[in-house]
Amino acid sequence: MVYFGNIKPIKGKVHIEKNRCKGCAFCVEYCPKDVLEMSEEFNVKGYHPPFVKDEDACVYCQLCESICPEFAIFVTIKEEEEEGEKGESRP
Amino acid sequence: MTKEDRLEAKNPSEKFLRMDRIPHIWCPGCGIGTVVTSFNEALKKSKIDLDDVVVVSGIGCTGRVAGYVKLDSFHSTHGRAIPFATGLKLANPNLNVVVFSGDGDIFGIGGNHFIHAARRNMDITVICVNNFNYAMTGGQVAATTPIGANASTAPYGNFEFSFSLPYLAEAAGATYVARWTALHLRRVTKSIQEALAKPGFSLIEVITPCVTLYARRNRLGDGLNLLKYYYDKSVIEHGADTRTLDISYQGKLVVGKFIDKEKPTFLHAMNEHMTKILGDKFVKYGE
Amino acid sequence: MKKVKADPKGVLTGSHYLDGDYAIAEGGLAAGCRFFAGYPITPSTETAERFAERIPSVGGVFIQMEDELASITALIGAAWGGKKSMTVTSGPGFSLMMENIGLACMMETPLVIANVQRGGPSTGLPTLTGQQDMMQAKWGSHGDYEIIALSPDSPQECFDLTIEAFNLSEIYRVPVFVMTDECVGHMHEKVVIPPAEEIEVVERKWYEGPKDKYLPYKLDKDGIPFMVKAGDGYRFHTTGLTHDERGYPVINAECQAETIPRLSDKITDNADKIIMLEEDQIDNAEIVVISYGITSRVSIRAVQLARKAGMKIGTLRLKTVWPFPEKRIKQLAKKIKAFVVPEINYGQVVLEVERCAAGKAGTYHVPHMGGWVHDPNDILNVIKEAAK
Repeated sequence: MVYFGNIKPIKGKVHIEKNRCKGCAFCVEYCPKDVLEMSEEFNVKGYHPPFVKDEDACVYCQLCESICPEFAIFVTIKEEEEEGEKGESRP
Repeated sequence: MTKEDRLEAKNPSEKFLRMDRIPHIWCPGCGIGTVVTSFNEALKKSKIDLDDVVVVSGIGCTGRVAGYVKLDSFHSTHGRAIPFATGLKLANPNLNVVVFSGDGDIFGIGGNHFIHAARRNMDITVICVNNFNYAMTGGQVAATTPIGANASTAPYGNFEFSFSLPYLAEAAGATYVARWTALHLRRVTKSIQEALAKPGFSLIEVITPCVTLYARRNRLGDGLNLLKYYYDKSVIEHGADTRTLDISYQGKLVVGKFIDKEKPTFLHAMNEHMTKILGDKFVKYGE
Repeated sequence: MKKVKADPKGVLTGSHYLDGDYAIAEGGLAAGCRFFAGYPITPSTETAERFAERIPSVGGVFIQMEDELASITALIGAAWGGKKSMTVTSGPGFSLMMENIGLACMMETPLVIANVQRGGPSTGLPTLTGQQDMMQAKWGSHGDYEIIALSPDSPQECFDLTIEAFNLSEIYRVPVFVMTDECVGHMHEKVVIPPAEEIEVVERKWYEGPKDKYLPYKLDKDGIPFMVKAGDGYRFHTTGLTHDERGYPVINAECQAETIPRLSDKITDNADKIIMLEEDQIDNAEIVVISYGITSRVSIRAVQLARKAGMKIGTLRLKTVWPFPEKRIKQLAKKIKAFVVPEINYGQVVLEVERCAAGKAGTYHVPHMGGWVHDPNDILNVIKEAAK
């Protein structure tokens, strides 16, 4: 068995620009980790934007960011306080 | 101050967009925005100087792309994005010229320009968002509407044969041809990257949901349903014979990279030929 | 406005025996045109042929497009790519160009279109002359706008006015038409091309301020915005939609009310600077013959005969047809008895003369349906009638 060392999965933080959302639900449907869910609330345009239901599950795959037709959602790498990890880079 | 504020994070797409024009005009569930994100991603990954990239659009829903990308961008007339792009490319051969428009614009009213630019191997990249109808004007039948599909000017269903865009492109002489659905996010990005790097005429057809018109008239559900449907119906067959790529209503969608070949571009051929014939008398152009 | 000497590479200095079509191509090259997109159509094709032959040794591009729609649009693209560009066409091709002439006006793109007129409508008289596109040049595309149209009457003037057309198009950022006709286009005469240093060409109105401050349609003091070209890092946008100074579409009545008058006013307000007229014996004239293009040369004979018969005839030749010299014609209308307007059509420019004369002087048309020029006696007869 190959030893990969002490690999920690990257955690992502999802940012949602609620008022830019038109409620298509592409991100909710295609998030492989079910991080997102459509909310009941309305944004200024009267659409239901998604909300982050389970942030811990996010693995920074950025699929929501790529699929969003409104440029309304994106992901950054979640900083771990103890490691001080930063930046956008991704292995 | 929360941690989120400290990040001052911005959507990475904003770098590529005219944010003073967002939100855009596209309907909820429309896939054009997704294709634009794939394009932005391709620009980022290509690492080309964005000052050299020009986007030309025609008229229609996808024709509005030129107005949202933060590049030198031209929103021309219906069907004429390709000749506009031809003029730009020939005037300044350093430009990386992208035509971003819809199926009605490029293959309906502008079909003649498409085949001729492909024939000449004009060094431009054509990204064609195919939503199977004329959406901006209200869902009329297009040169791409599959037989049997309903459209506002085909209220009893379409009975005209439609174009197979990759087949047409190959026959006309294109050097790079790919087809994806909008949900093939990273494959669209990769194809755009390859096309941008390709000296020659490239076509990337992206099958994209039109929720307000095509989906509604054909009772195909909402944007999400259609996005998923196209994806589920797609079969990746790289290098497939372009004669086999017809799209039938509710049938399978063969996607992939079909053509990727080398051929001298218009300017390259011109310089080579003229040098051979005229020798020193010829002033080389754009090199 | 920045004037420079012509680039000697494009100037074929010397005395030549050329037809009008060739002279247009030489005028374009002398003016600095380095991009030509065209489609063959009689009787204008020779200009494209000449350009195709000459451009490889000058440094530039000739491309034969798939149709006139593509030709005119490629010119607009090339102009925004930084080149001076031109095309040539005749009747049917001119009709095909109309939509994108509107785009050129809306985007305020400098370019030159020569129309070697033939008889119409439709395919009409492909090989024979006409002056039937004069109104189309002004009104052909939809919407309100103004263009500039010049009308040469000789191969020499085809050369001279094509240079002038380029200069005007750069000053006013507008398409400029060289409205010649089959007779002048195929007429061979001496054309003297001066040395490059004697030819003045106007440079594009390039923007030179800070990059982030550039607004594509922010007006300069003279009402004409500065231009940049694609690839210079301005990341600008322009559109055929009604737009604001950023070039962004603004689809409402207010923006329309701001944009549209400007497109017309930049031409009409500068009409005095643009208009070129040639007048002869006009001071004591009772009758003034107004003509342009080949018809002005035919009129000379009629005027000579009338003067021989003791009539006081002046002539006014429109080197510039659009914008229309209404000021001058209104002045003359107060002093003279009548205008006589021969032209090879069923009544076009005469309507403008009539409008300017406003009943103060008579207006007589001498129509010719095309295919040949007037018989000078036909013009003479109308002069006589007008003098009664």
